[in-house]
Amino acid sequence: MGISLTDNAAKHVLNFIAKRGKGVGLRVGVRTTGCSGMAYKLEFADALGEGDLQFSSHGVTLLVDPKSLPYIDGMELDYTREGLNEGFKFNNPNVKDECGCGESFKV
Amino acid sequence: MALLQISEPGMSTAPHQHRLAVGIDLGTTNSLVAVVRNSISMVLNDADGSALLPSVVRYLADGNVQVGYPAQALQSDDPVNTIVSVKRFMGRGLADIGDVSNLPYRFANVAATGSGQAPGMVQLRTVAGVKSPVEVSAEILKVLRVRAEAALGGELVGAVITVPAYFDDAQRQATKDAAKLAGLNVLRLLNEPTAAAIAYGLDNAAEGVYAVYDLGGGTFDISILRLSQGVFEVLATNGNSALGGDDFDHRIYCWLLEKNNLSALGAQDTRLLLTHARAVKEQLSDYPEARITAILSAGDVIDTTLTRQDFYDMTQTLLAHTMQPMRRALRDAGLTVSDIKGVVMVGGSTRMPQVQRAVGEFFKQTPLTNLDPDKVVALGAAIQANVLAGNRQDDDWLLLDVIPLSLGLETMGGLTEKVIPRNSTIPTARAQEFTTFKDGQTAMGIHVVQGERELVSDCRSLARFELRGIPSMVAGAARIRVTFQVDADGLLNVSAREMSSGVEAAITVKPSYGLSDAEITRMLEDSNQFAQDDMKARALREQQVEAKQLLEAVQNALQQDGAALLGKEEQERIAGSMAALRETLQATDHLALKRAIANLNEATVAFAQARMDSNVAHALSGRKLSELES
Repeated sequence: MGISLTDNAAKHVLNFIAKRGKGVGLRVGVRTTGCSGMAYKLEFADALGEGDLQFSSHGVTLLVDPKSLPYIDGMELDYTREGLNEGFKFNNPNVKDECGCGESFKV
Repeated sequence: MALLQISEPGMSTAPHQHRLAVGIDLGTTNSLVAVVRNSISMVLNDADGSALLPSVVRYLADGNVQVGYPAQALQSDDPVNTIVSVKRFMGRGLADIGDVSNLPYRFANVAATGSGQAPGMVQLRTVAGVKSPVEVSAEILKVLRVRAEAALGGELVGAVITVPAYFDDAQRQATKDAAKLAGLNVLRLLNEPTAAAIAYGLDNAAEGVYAVYDLGGGTFDISILRLSQGVFEVLATNGNSALGGDDFDHRIYCWLLEKNNLSALGAQDTRLLLTHARAVKEQLSDYPEARITAILSAGDVIDTTLTRQDFYDMTQTLLAHTMQPMRRALRDAGLTVSDIKGVVMVGGSTRMPQVQRAVGEFFKQTPLTNLDPDKVVALGAAIQANVLAGNRQDDDWLLLDVIPLSLGLETMGGLTEKVIPRNSTIPTARAQEFTTFKDGQTAMGIHVVQGERELVSDCRSLARFELRGIPSMVAGAARIRVTFQVDADGLLNVSAREMSSGVEAAITVKPSYGLSDAEITRMLEDSNQFAQDDMKARALREQQVEAKQLLEAVQNALQQDGAALLGKEEQERIAGSMAALRETLQATDHLALKRAIANLNEATVAFAQARMDSNVAHALSGRKLSELES
């Protein structure tokens, strides 16, 4: 399995990395937070971490630490616009429950 | 769901804790707001797609306020109540401003009262009452704040606001006051040329000594900066806080009066001609000549053509006024023109060809214009705001150290809650809020742990302390803020504070004490190796916590209302489900536990309904229907 990007999300990521001037890919993961929740982590990656799992999607390298994978396996990232706001959206099949705005979730 | 942005490595924020910070260029003529998103600095447009917000505020008799284009459109019709270039009045008394005979405003001589009415500052009498420059500026900032919050989808933690290098303390304080009035937290005031240097220096990573020539609407600044490895040093600044594009407009205005034998125009005609003068100035940047046609209120018709050469000639003295500060700044820096590696152009007025030519001749090189001169200051301010808000790891600091393992604390069920993730640079401080688990809980044990594993038993215990004196509240109502602070020496200080009562407790530990490199490596390896196990363990513990909470709630309810509301059979059924759940609690299968929780929930649905009905009936009994309807 692994994780992937939509075509549109990949275009934005490649553009962001090019403008930023450095980076080997995108790091996607989760961190535990709150009394009962998970939150997504979305960062530029400047180097490969030890034990990182690598996935390639539309020309973007996605890095996931092995600890995070069970929570996001099969997830697809999209890039969308809502009014004046725009950003990445996570379509995660593992999510059973999420807070009102979807920033933290349960599996 | 929320839309996320990409963070710098290691800088992800907790949910609802995005550190949104913007850079604001509060300009004489136009204002802008910019932000760093996905590591790129960008100006935020309004709903119509325009980046510039004209710094024009119009007060209406009904108390409403117009800001930006709508106000600008009516500045000829309502000049007295339409304040333009208010920045010139910031922190200024009437005596500082000089000749006000050409200004359409009614200056008020009133004593300072209330917030925003800074003593000693000029006041403007409008149809909506007397306004201080601070209040007028706050209206502009408010619009930018609302725009930014709409575009970023959350509240701002703060803003960097730029000011001319020549602003004195009174002018800077007035700017800060305006921001406060607009509901903005000022992270820092930044000199405009420095912001431009940040935008150019960090985006293009070009090293050397640069001159920043900033000719805005109302101010002129020249700064000599040295950029090296992304760090800039200000060598010298100079300028003129009363010289800018407005003066070029004014030269055209005076020329129009002279050419048409006009004198002493009313406020409306003055504003009309100044608006035309600005339009002509902008046209002359692209065309060799421009025509002005206007009809004054008395019926006089103006129809004149201005050539670029005439415009150059009449503004020669203004350009000369910018050369003197440039020479002084170079002398102060101990440099000559040949030391300057590049010249950065800032401010819309630098679009005028004669300005670019004069600056080019002075420095003997073509000035840099590859960033939009109107936006460059806001872009740099956004980069600075992003750093100050803590969204970027400062690569330029060489004395950086990181913490080797995550620091966190124990939550219900023996789970680890990480507060400071590993590889965070120190010094650092992070805070998180927790709450109570039981009704009437008055103390909370805080167990500080170190490690990457999900269960506290797999992490290293660092310290324990207790927060006592929490006011008695229902479970989940108390707000306990726990702050982890690691100083530059690696000392960890953990403090807990109950927000409503202010009771506090703290402890200091040195986290890396006693851990060898090999131990740290082993702890990290374990955490990866046991990822699947940890995930199951966490799920199980979460279900266990939920089960215990549910059991306690049902037990309480039974004690209160069980006998009154339930038949014997039903009581037995609930007791059966509870017993089953207690039994499953000992098992290690989180799915079975989940089922048992669902069973008990289902068994108590009717009971919960009955309790609610009985409570409602109790609340309503003895009251007449008419009382309830009113």
